[in-house]
Amino acid sequence: MSIFLNEDSKVIVQGMTGSEGTKHTRRMLASGTKIVGGVTPGKGGQVVDIDGHQLPVFNTVAEAMGVTGANASVVFVPPKFAKAAVIDAIDAAMPLVVVITEGIPVHDSASFYAYSLTKGTTRIVGPNCPGLISPGQSNIGIIPSDITGAGPIGLVSKSGTLTYQMMYELRDIGFSTAVGIGGDPVIGTTHIDCLRAFQDDPETKAIVMIGEIGGDAEERAAAFIAEYVTKPVVGYVAGFTAPEGKTMGHAGAIVSGSSGTAQGKKDALEAAGVKVGQTPSETARLLRAILGR
Amino acid sequence: MDLFEYQARDLFEKHGVPVLAAAIATTADEAEAAATKIGGKVVVKAQVKVGGRGKAGGVKLAENPTDARAKAAEILGMDIKGHIVRTVMIAAAAPIESEYYLAILLDRSNRTFLVMASVSGGMDIEEVAHTAPEKLAKIPVSAVDGISAAKATEIVAAAHFPADVAPQVADVLVKLWEVFQAEDATLVEVNPLVKTKDGKVIALDGKVTLDDNAEFRQPDHEALIDQAAENPLEAAAKEKGLNYVKLEGEVGIIGNGAGLVMSTLDVVAYAGEKHGGVRPANFLDIGGGASAQVMADGLSIILGDKDVKSVFVNVFGGITACDAVATGIVQALELLGSKATKPIVVRLDGNNVVEGREILNKSAHPLVQQLDTMDGAADRAAELAAK
Repeated sequence: MSIFLNEDSKVIVQGMTGSEGTKHTRRMLASGTKIVGGVTPGKGGQVVDIDGHQLPVFNTVAEAMGVTGANASVVFVPPKFAKAAVIDAIDAAMPLVVVITEGIPVHDSASFYAYSLTKGTTRIVGPNCPGLISPGQSNIGIIPSDITGAGPIGLVSKSGTLTYQMMYELRDIGFSTAVGIGGDPVIGTTHIDCLRAFQDDPETKAIVMIGEIGGDAEERAAAFIAEYVTKPVVGYVAGFTAPEGKTMGHAGAIVSGSSGTAQGKKDALEAAGVKVGQTPSETARLLRAILGR
Repeated sequence: MDLFEYQARDLFEKHGVPVLAAAIATTADEAEAAATKIGGKVVVKAQVKVGGRGKAGGVKLAENPTDARAKAAEILGMDIKGHIVRTVMIAAAAPIESEYYLAILLDRSNRTFLVMASVSGGMDIEEVAHTAPEKLAKIPVSAVDGISAAKATEIVAAAHFPADVAPQVADVLVKLWEVFQAEDATLVEVNPLVKTKDGKVIALDGKVTLDDNAEFRQPDHEALIDQAAENPLEAAAKEKGLNYVKLEGEVGIIGNGAGLVMSTLDVVAYAGEKHGGVRPANFLDIGGGASAQVMADGLSIILGDKDVKSVFVNVFGGITACDAVATGIVQALELLGSKATKPIVVRLDGNNVVEGREILNKSAHPLVQQLDTMDGAADRAAELAAK
């Protein structure tokens, strides 16, 4: 089992004909993802050969869904055109839209997120995220598929490379699904959405939650864990040394005043019974202790 | 990017938000000239990106141009909470009857926009929110619908603005929304919004934060960057397209991915506790899929920082290939030659790690040492910096 995607996920790539889109379509195909086509406005009707896979290109997501039966989309469109691409997917009622694009203006992401709520038929993951992987089943985005295999751990993280690091630390145990939700101020799928799904997924036995400075998503997740999650959760928070007022790479990673600090997030998680590691490696050891491995 | 008050005022004016006549000055002479041009009593205001300047003596009323000159001379060069005043704004003085508060901001928690409005403006709004929350109206605004005239009227009523100013405040709110949206702002705040003795509503002081991600469609915003405040290393890194933040420490850090780099800073700081309290010297994210050139650029910046005593390169190759990173390190060291004198601790894992480690082993540069784990490498880098 897994959350949000599985071996039946049929994926289209928005922006497949661009260099990033092509590169990652190749990687996703190599990791076994069922890619069924691409969308690039103005290039509909073309067929692209990627490593022997003949992939049709469509002008709109609705057309692509009609012909291929796709039920997930991954967006590699540059920031300038990303909003239009996501709105196209929402209009087509695409169930899952994973937005990898980094650097989307927050007015655009706030806008397409608000629009998705009015339609109520699309789950957005990201933007500015590495996507999600259920090892051995499907891989939507840019997470390397060769780090680890299937297993009982569910992982949710704001950070891409920390996701990879944690998968690597626990590679002998394996993951049900790892979700990179992204580090932007407005994201479609939150820690809470993933925690709920992992709690409800019978194959997930323990959860790793990775957060970072900025906003109050971790504090909210802590409150949700206390109320809803009975499976063991270990946590890690990055950014203890980040000074106030400096954006640390991710547009959302900024401490303003006393809000959004790593210490505040760690305290909130620990108060909810989550064991929080001081380093990624220590966090992995905490999880091993819980699973007895 | 946070703007100075005068920059916010200019954006307000551009979008029709009522403001007072004003000009900026960087010398006492300029201040006198500006005051003469504006005429009458003026207010001389320090331009610093920090709160509490009034209490610090950074805002003074001047009776006439000569007085404005004297007041500007007092304020220019002042240190307000570590911010040196390089510019003052000379603004017409207004006879104030009431002070209000109005702001539009990104509400991250609820993933929407939010208007905050209060008839108790002027003072610290966080204090109002804390002691008398009923006096601060908070109304969500959909990113899809924005603030129409009807929505503005609704908000102004909810915040209990008096009937005589309500239509004017609603009009200001619609125009502030235009500033917020057209300029890709994440915060537009007016505090205070005032009613003058003759019944006019004016934005007296403003704060604006702009979204850096919107640079590609906001060509005018580049001119708003405060060059004087930019750290020279940060400016050099920006030129190379690197995501770099200077910190106060001794261990130079290079990594890939914002989260991993933040984590690396933390792990180095913990390790440093055992080594005389050394700290990370910077944040530098070379990003996903970094090439050898990017690695070489990054390493050159770090090695150019005189505070740096050792360097920690921490890469987990997802898209980034470890062999490209290793090649970048070797190239940078060749380029720098004898100018490179600081030890470099490298930890590589992930994509093409075997090839990457092999490249570094082969080059066998005396400054470079490889460790297998992040925690171990952080400890070594801290130890080397403490020597």
